[in-house]
Amino acid sequence: MSHRELDDMLGTKWRKPRFVPNPYLRWTLTVGFIAYLIAAYMTIDVNWARVYEGLDRGAQFVLAFTKPDFVSRAGDIWSGLLESVVMTVAASVVGILISIPIGLGAARNIAPMPIYLICRGIVAISRALQEIIVAILLVAIFGFGPLAGFLTLSFATIGFLSKLLAEDIESMDKVQAEAIRASGARWMQWINYGVQPQVMPRLVGLSMYRIDINFRESAILGLVGAGGIGATLNTAFDRYEYDTAAAILLLIIGIVMALEYLSGIIRARVQ
Amino acid sequence: MLRLKKLVKTYKTGDQALKSIDLDVPKGQVLALIGPSGAGKSTMIRCINRLVEPTSGEILLDDVDLSKLGSGALRKARREMGMIFQEYALVERLTVMENVLSGRLGYVGFWRSFLRKYPQSDVDEAFRLLDRVGLLHMADKRADELSGGQRQRVGICRALIQNPKLLLVDEPTASLDPKTSRQIMRLITELCQERGLAAIINIHDVALAQMFVPRVVGLRFGEIVYDGLPTGLTPDKLTEIYGEEDWEATIEKVDDEDEIEAAE
Repeated sequence: MSHRELDDMLGTKWRKPRFVPNPYLRWTLTVGFIAYLIAAYMTIDVNWARVYEGLDRGAQFVLAFTKPDFVSRAGDIWSGLLESVVMTVAASVVGILISIPIGLGAARNIAPMPIYLICRGIVAISRALQEIIVAILLVAIFGFGPLAGFLTLSFATIGFLSKLLAEDIESMDKVQAEAIRASGARWMQWINYGVQPQVMPRLVGLSMYRIDINFRESAILGLVGAGGIGATLNTAFDRYEYDTAAAILLLIIGIVMALEYLSGIIRARVQ
Repeated sequence: MLRLKKLVKTYKTGDQALKSIDLDVPKGQVLALIGPSGAGKSTMIRCINRLVEPTSGEILLDDVDLSKLGSGALRKARREMGMIFQEYALVERLTVMENVLSGRLGYVGFWRSFLRKYPQSDVDEAFRLLDRVGLLHMADKRADELSGGQRQRVGICRALIQNPKLLLVDEPTASLDPKTSRQIMRLITELCQERGLAAIINIHDVALAQMFVPRVVGLRFGEIVYDGLPTGLTPDKLTEIYGEEDWEATIEKVDDEDEIEAAE
């Protein structure tokens, strides 16, 4: 019987089954997508004369990187950087501390349904609101300065870290945690012994990554008045002091790279 | 000492994993639970310490019905039952010592366990157990640095440090080579004898079960189809448990191996 079927199949071509089996649907989708893409590009309106004028300013800006001016605004740069670092560290610590319980609550495999829904709700709100929007709102409430920036970054950290922590907990090895539960451990002991060791490297890695993001964000938040190095950068642009702006950008790049290097070392150690 | 009465487990999908199991395990008896994959062996063991919630029936451990306990009382009851797992289930990023001491979690408070400040008596017992299984020198190694056999020994220590009355052993040798498998089985049965512990050992290696335990229970489709001496497992019985196969080789091999064992 099975040989009969085999004989029919021998010599016939074989190919991987299509992702969309229906050929009409497949071609409609393909052609539709390409048509949409062409139409979309055609709506982008480029003013070439304006681009030509702008090239000059762009070149100036790029050239400024060859002679960055760290000196003439050294005081402003220094106080801006300091403010950014303070904002970053404070917001990261507060954000991470709040993220951990919310992350536990947002993991389906360890949290009961009502708590899960509340925590996922918090995560969703935090992730839906972009930093700049939150910062504009908080600047309106608390006035210009680093307090608004600090609160914005803490809020953003919660959405980011809780979500990723929860996902890591959801994909942990169930049996290791089960073994701890079987010993008669309390809930807190179960988290401490069965769950925490499994997610710790990722938690540390994500936290380092978030510190890195928070520092970069702190440079942006200054543009809407939330303090930090961004405020200094904004001023430099407003005054067409591209050499000072270049100096600030170089410092930001340097610090981000240093943080990246540091986080690499730390992550390797906690593996 | 352990008594299952009409134990039933029906999963949400409607699968009946256990159909009215009745089983009596006297104090100090080691029994092997055999049966094909999906027969409900794992479910049965997990129902006893309620890692899986039974649907109905009674689980009497020294006349306490475990199936009706609230969460606090259940934690206390779980201390009486040590569990040993198929893939060892050690917490890989913790040290050997932390893994062994985690067996005491039911006895110590949160802060003690969080700060790893266990009572000296627990620490001494952990050292004693590690020495008994020959792993004292590994105490501060991380669990993921150990070989399979070593990990399972740590798993055994973790179960024993609970000072249990009963061991629940889920496929202890499934991921081990034949020689290590025997060493582990021998270790478990010896330790049970030394401490007068009862044990239920899930195992799919019939020959291995016959070699080490005095009582075999066969499970098929969630029902007990054999309960008796290991020598009573005739080809007919094995066919009843597992389905049609040529069993002569399996059974003969046992005898051969016993002779080799004796010659060693």
